[in-house]
Amino acid sequence: MTPFLPGDWLPMIFAGLMAVAILAYVVLDGFDLGVGILLETVAEEHERDRMIAAIGPFWDANETWLVLGVGLLLVAFPVAHGVILTALYMPVAIMLVALTLRGVAFEFRAKARDAAHKRRWDRWFFAGSLISALAQGWMLGRYVLGFAEGWAALGFAVMAAIGLAIAYAFIGACWLIWRTEGALQAHAIAWARHALWPVALGILLVSAVTPLVSARIAARWFDWPGIVMLAPLPILTALLVFGLARLLARMPLAEDAWHDIPFWGGTGLFVLFFAGLASSFFPYVVPERLTIWESASAPESLSIILAGAIFVLPVIVLYTVFAWRVFGGKARDLTYY
Amino acid sequence: MEPILLARIQFAANISFHILFPTITIALGWVLLFFKLRYVGTKNEAWMDAYRFWVKVFALSFALGVVSGITMSFQFGTNWPGFMEKVGNIAGPLLAYEVLTAFFLEATFLGIMLFGFKRVPGWVHTGATFLVAFGTTMSAFWILVLNSWMHTPVGFEMRDGVAHATDWFAIVFNPSMPYRLSHMLTASGLTVAFLLAGISAWRWLRGDRAEGVRLGLRTGIVMAALLAPLQIVLGDLHGLNTLEHQPAKVAAMEANWETRGNVPLVLFALPDEAARENRFEIAIPNGASLILRHEAAGVVPGLNQFEGNHPPVAPVFFAFRIMVGIGVLMLLMGWAGAWYLWRRGSLPKLMLRGFVAMSFAGWAATLAGWYVTEIGRQPWLVTGVLNTAQAAGPLPASSIGTTLAMYLVLYTALMVAYIATIFRLAHAGRAADKVDGVMLKPGSAPGDATRDKMGEELTA
Repeated sequence: MTPFLPGDWLPMIFAGLMAVAILAYVVLDGFDLGVGILLETVAEEHERDRMIAAIGPFWDANETWLVLGVGLLLVAFPVAHGVILTALYMPVAIMLVALTLRGVAFEFRAKARDAAHKRRWDRWFFAGSLISALAQGWMLGRYVLGFAEGWAALGFAVMAAIGLAIAYAFIGACWLIWRTEGALQAHAIAWARHALWPVALGILLVSAVTPLVSARIAARWFDWPGIVMLAPLPILTALLVFGLARLLARMPLAEDAWHDIPFWGGTGLFVLFFAGLASSFFPYVVPERLTIWESASAPESLSIILAGAIFVLPVIVLYTVFAWRVFGGKARDLTYY
Repeated sequence: MEPILLARIQFAANISFHILFPTITIALGWVLLFFKLRYVGTKNEAWMDAYRFWVKVFALSFALGVVSGITMSFQFGTNWPGFMEKVGNIAGPLLAYEVLTAFFLEATFLGIMLFGFKRVPGWVHTGATFLVAFGTTMSAFWILVLNSWMHTPVGFEMRDGVAHATDWFAIVFNPSMPYRLSHMLTASGLTVAFLLAGISAWRWLRGDRAEGVRLGLRTGIVMAALLAPLQIVLGDLHGLNTLEHQPAKVAAMEANWETRGNVPLVLFALPDEAARENRFEIAIPNGASLILRHEAAGVVPGLNQFEGNHPPVAPVFFAFRIMVGIGVLMLLMGWAGAWYLWRRGSLPKLMLRGFVAMSFAGWAATLAGWYVTEIGRQPWLVTGVLNTAQAAGPLPASSIGTTLAMYLVLYTALMVAYIATIFRLAHAGRAADKVDGVMLKPGSAPGDATRDKMGEELTA
């Protein structure tokens, strides 16, 4: 089979697809991991049940985006996959164990023998969610600094780990504002308020560090014409943070108006942050080491995947929207039938 | 230990743990669709009772399959980077198609299948059940295409030491794919048949005489009686296909050291690889020649033809006997069970206990079968193209050993929790049958929804 596009384009398209998959994963599994992190902050069992119910129909499909993201890295950029996953071997293994615990805790808690067992699975659910988030943040921190060694780099990774866990807790709280009501919603609003500023600080920190460690990235952001092209990202981020802070300060509004806006605003923050990182690192898939062209698979193979993806991805989006509509509105108790 | 050995043990542990759950969900998805359609057709509430119980087992198995599958998707790259470097152009698209056409489908519609009963019209719920079953089967299709291609690679050419696809149709429909796929799908069917029969028999023995339990038992036994003979035929065809394409594997399965005619069928032996002979052999004269060549004098290739280039004999030899032994037992149990159901309408106690004992027999047979085919492919990872040793990565033994220990602890704990939970669900099924209505929380037991309400919504 011959490629139906110029060979240079395919790696670009796949880098774009992979970025979309990873972004979708971070937002989507981010909110359900965040709800897991917040699970131990509520005291009432029925509220925990409601929190779980708010993510129950979604988490499985959300996690599939991780498989797609890593799968695309594996099949489209196999060399980069090897470098990245070898460098991140231990945090990846820890994340996998944590994700496993969380995924099964969801099922086991729903089928627990008694309240004590259910409580024990709650704790596993919380621990699995938190450790997954920390491990992913650690990986982000290591990746951003190009897997640099030394205490400063490790310190940065620790901060990135904590930062991402707080960011997940934030978007999880925003999801609960949308999907719950009453005392639980008030609790979520309080958490979203608390978490917003650390999230903003984290974004600021990563934005400050990346140009400091790489002259190439600094030049891209601060030299002409990059400074104009990229200026909207920080400006929009700042506006969004202050807008969200004002909105959260006044919530809940009468008749639960705008209850979904914090979640979409939080999603906006994730998208802007991700766009900023992508602008910094493009065209590298391993920072400062491997470009997307250097690590891409053969064009024939990429084009046969693309041919399928063009038909299938819109269908996936369609039925995902359908499932979201079926489970729209405030979370009700989950029943199997 | 050598890093490569640790990497192999780790990958084997992971994939062995993982395959248990798809083996259940592939066929159980279709069984659930059958229960749902019978309910729609007969309006008999008992079918819905069976659905409600088994959908929980499905949800639990599916979750374990998903999480262990995510681990797999990372281990492809971490444990076998050489695999993707050499044959990534072929393996990559096949894996990508699995994610795109199967994973999202099953994961998204699973939500509607599990929790959407009251939110969508009845036909949408039935449709979601179908799409989940279809998705699990699609997933099996793509992964078995890739696995079969690794056994019998065709449709590619080597350029600069890297495989490039030349004919995708040939790659997908490679010589061993139809046999391996049908053998595996039937294995899934048999695993679920004995799980249905075993757990239902356990409930029945404990005095749970709900009609849904009886229907589960009957469905399981009928499936077993139909699928066990089919599986034996498919297994034989698969074996002949292997003889054609991977004769070294068949020689190891039969522990046949010399190429010759009148090869006996070895029932038991201790293969001694150093001396290249069998000890304590019990064999049927001419048996292997008759099975593989359909004549007593038929010449069967022996291990001497592949010296230094054949799989380890003992594990393949024993795993094959375990698989076949369980298969024969399944046939006997399935037919005996069906005979009792047909003639007496019920099963004697001893037979019910036998089914309980065989609840997870399908797992043992499936694993044994996979060990035969995967160890039997050694020393190749992709037959004739890539050695397992060449595909290993640069990771030190200490890293692999640490994570291996983590996974083993985790998988042992999860296995205990999984089996305990299934039996507890079976136990809780009874208590809940008497309660009508209330308990609508995720922690509640099966059979506790308001029945009339459900009926209303289904007809609405």
